[in-house]
Amino acid sequence: MGNPNKAKAERGLMRWVDDRFPATQMVQEHLTKYYAPKNFNFWYFFGSLALLVLVNQILTGVWLTMSYNPSAEGAFASVEYIMRDVEWGWLIRYMHSTGASAFFVVVYLHMFRGLLYGSYKAPRELVWIFGMTIYLLLMAEAFMGYLLPWGQMSYWGAQVIISLFSAIPGIGPDLAQWVRGDFLISGITLNRFFALHVVALPIVILALVVLHLIALHEVGSNNPDGIDIKDKKDESGKPLDGIPFHPYYTVKDIVGVAVFLFVFAVVIFYFPEGGGYFIEKPNFEPANPLKTPDHIAPVWYFTPFYAILRAINFSLFGLDAKFLGVVCMGGAIAVLFVLPWLDRSPVRSMRYKGWMSKVMLALFAVSFVILGILGVLPSTAGRTLLAQVCTLIYFAFFLLMPFYTRLEKTKPVPERVTG
Amino acid sequence: MADNGVNKGRRRFLVGATTVVGAVGAVGVAVPFVASWQPSARARAAGAPVQADVSKLEAGQRMTVEWRGRPVWIINRSPEMIERIEDFDASRLADPDSEEPQQPGYVSGPLRSIRPEIGVLIGICTHLGCSPLFRPEPDAVEVDNWPGGFFCPCHGSFFDLAGRVFRNVPAPTNLEVPPYRFETDDIIIVGEDEETA
Amino acid sequence: MKKQLFALLFALVPFSAMGAVAVDVPYSMTPDLKDQESLQRGMQLYVNYCMGCHSMEHQRFARAAEDFGMPQDLVEDNLIFSSDLAFNDQMHNAMTEEDAANWFGAPAPDLTLHGRLRGGDWLYSYLLTFYKDPSRPTGVNNEVFDLVAMPNVLEPLQGVQEKVCAESDRPMEGAELDTLTGKYQSCDVLQVTQPGSMEPDEFEEAVYDLTNFLVYAGEPSKLQAQALAPKVLIFIFIFGVIGYLLKREYWRDIH
Repeated sequence: MGNPNKAKAERGLMRWVDDRFPATQMVQEHLTKYYAPKNFNFWYFFGSLALLVLVNQILTGVWLTMSYNPSAEGAFASVEYIMRDVEWGWLIRYMHSTGASAFFVVVYLHMFRGLLYGSYKAPRELVWIFGMTIYLLLMAEAFMGYLLPWGQMSYWGAQVIISLFSAIPGIGPDLAQWVRGDFLISGITLNRFFALHVVALPIVILALVVLHLIALHEVGSNNPDGIDIKDKKDESGKPLDGIPFHPYYTVKDIVGVAVFLFVFAVVIFYFPEGGGYFIEKPNFEPANPLKTPDHIAPVWYFTPFYAILRAINFSLFGLDAKFLGVVCMGGAIAVLFVLPWLDRSPVRSMRYKGWMSKVMLALFAVSFVILGILGVLPSTAGRTLLAQVCTLIYFAFFLLMPFYTRLEKTKPVPERVTG
Repeated sequence: MADNGVNKGRRRFLVGATTVVGAVGAVGVAVPFVASWQPSARARAAGAPVQADVSKLEAGQRMTVEWRGRPVWIINRSPEMIERIEDFDASRLADPDSEEPQQPGYVSGPLRSIRPEIGVLIGICTHLGCSPLFRPEPDAVEVDNWPGGFFCPCHGSFFDLAGRVFRNVPAPTNLEVPPYRFETDDIIIVGEDEETA
Repeated sequence: MKKQLFALLFALVPFSAMGAVAVDVPYSMTPDLKDQESLQRGMQLYVNYCMGCHSMEHQRFARAAEDFGMPQDLVEDNLIFSSDLAFNDQMHNAMTEEDAANWFGAPAPDLTLHGRLRGGDWLYSYLLTFYKDPSRPTGVNNEVFDLVAMPNVLEPLQGVQEKVCAESDRPMEGAELDTLTGKYQSCDVLQVTQPGSMEPDEFEEAVYDLTNFLVYAGEPSKLQAQALAPKVLIFIFIFGVIGYLLKREYWRDIH
């Protein structure tokens, strides 16, 4: 640092690179001169954490691929081979299996942040849509990954989900068979899921993460007040309420990363099965196409949608319950994509929206959690009724949004960000 | 964001501390990933020591056992063979006194073995990995005064019956002697060192 | 702060329904993977009484030897009976699947992962609650696994257990509580009627050891995980503290 020659040499090297590749420019645009609002709170940790988990999944996934055997005969044994015979294989496998659940924890919190502060509203519609597409692909990625250990729950979970395709009138059964590539889930299905899980989907997800970030950095980050910091700039053109992402938010994210890693490590080392929610018990038995486990529940991050699927036990408009359930489940995810156009409120943040929005969001969050819990429990008449009520609230939150966001009285939005 | 009131020393120290601890953490995370490339328990089980019974191996004969996927030769050298090895002109050999570490420490001398008559060698040419041919008889190959030994057909390297390489052949070093020990007079364990008690 | 708490609750919700998975069995046991002697005895019971039918396709003798502190020759002399099996091999049984299917109707399941599939409490209860039932082909039934196909292979140790009318310390279905003694009256109490080679206490201990071994075999890496965890957590904590000081230092700039 004190050596002027060395500093000069470094500048020279940087100039050489910059003449050929916009390295300095990129660092500035995305870190040192990317101005983020200074009032980010707790909810703003989960974006960078999602990126961390993504890196973890890719790294551990690549390593697992080195010892995994994607065949019906060898898959189950190769997972145990990784768990026992490969040095440190158990740790790498648990980092991956726990990472999958951690991914959904941070992504759900990240999405809730978006709902809370209106981060999907103009001009951030594309940020939201890229994000939603990542979420959708992440569900596909997790679902296919769950088949790979070839345990009982892997097998029967996949069986149930793929059967959903058969609910589509007309082409359904043929479509399900085409997805499986066989008359039942077999090694053929396992092989194609493996290819998609380790090659195709990760590439697409990575590309979408890049698009998500480019779109975000183009329009700038939202904040808990939902106001545009670019409206108020100092004489040099810097937003008055903005601070450079690096170093301020990088050092702040270090703290978030440490807290996250602590919890993550506790789960990996002490509760890798996550109480039977991250790795379900029937998965310690190899897949057996002739014997269904007593109780099939999807992994926890799918359960809200699974509960919606099961809640529809009635026919309507001449459509049978099975098809209707699939439509509702698909609709529950699809409706998230059009959220930016459902919200007609003049303000972004929940802080300045009216009481109706606040009540609806609270009801929605509670319903979502209840649906998630119902999805892991065996269904009873009472639970089905509860699931129907929650499903109704889920959709009401979105479909009534154009009305209540316009009707309600909003609070005045401050000129500058608050605390 | 002006510099007023900033404790630069403290700031630099904390940046350094975080970087160092973070780097240590990164190395710590790398350890399992690097170590997982070590031979697994399955590979080690497959590469476990093998037993060979030499009671039926007659003088002048060779047997081959497989250890870690490589041929291991066990040769019962007759007194004449031993004589030929010991009397051979050392100047024609590249490393007559086995100075290169191609054998365990408890193996020494021109015979490169624990017991003079029983030679144990890994049957892989030290040049490019072919398996040399066994030519124990004098004059079996077209070399002046051939003492008996091994001839690699791939690139023409010569070794004597103790696995010592000739001068001016492609192979750079003597044939490797694997770790081995005698469990009884007749049972050799290849892959385990002689107990150093 | 209130919001932070709410977020934490939101994150922890998946765990809240955990109790739902617990299985209702009469006995419970706490595995102790550090008790090497118990694990050694358990393994010995396993190879003597279970391995004839149940293999452990993923558990190597050598790994157990390392984890239980047993030298190789001891394992080879006392725990490996088949000449086809070597120290480094997995604990395969000698029975073919066809033979097993012919004799018992189904091949005996591999038990490597049963400790995780069923859990220690279930296995412990299962092994303790065989009772005489002449209506069954094997002459026995089981309290936690009704109509079980497996005979009570531990009978020589346990003796013959039967359901009798007696007092019991633990509540059970259809039992009446005697409020004076605090005990339950029931005709489903299991009692040893013909003693085996072990006293009931001794037998319970043996079954504990066997269960402990089965739980170990389900996840041998647990020993490594528990040894490593404190170091990793302390390290992350230190990293977090330094990171927090760094953050606070930089954020002095922001007003």
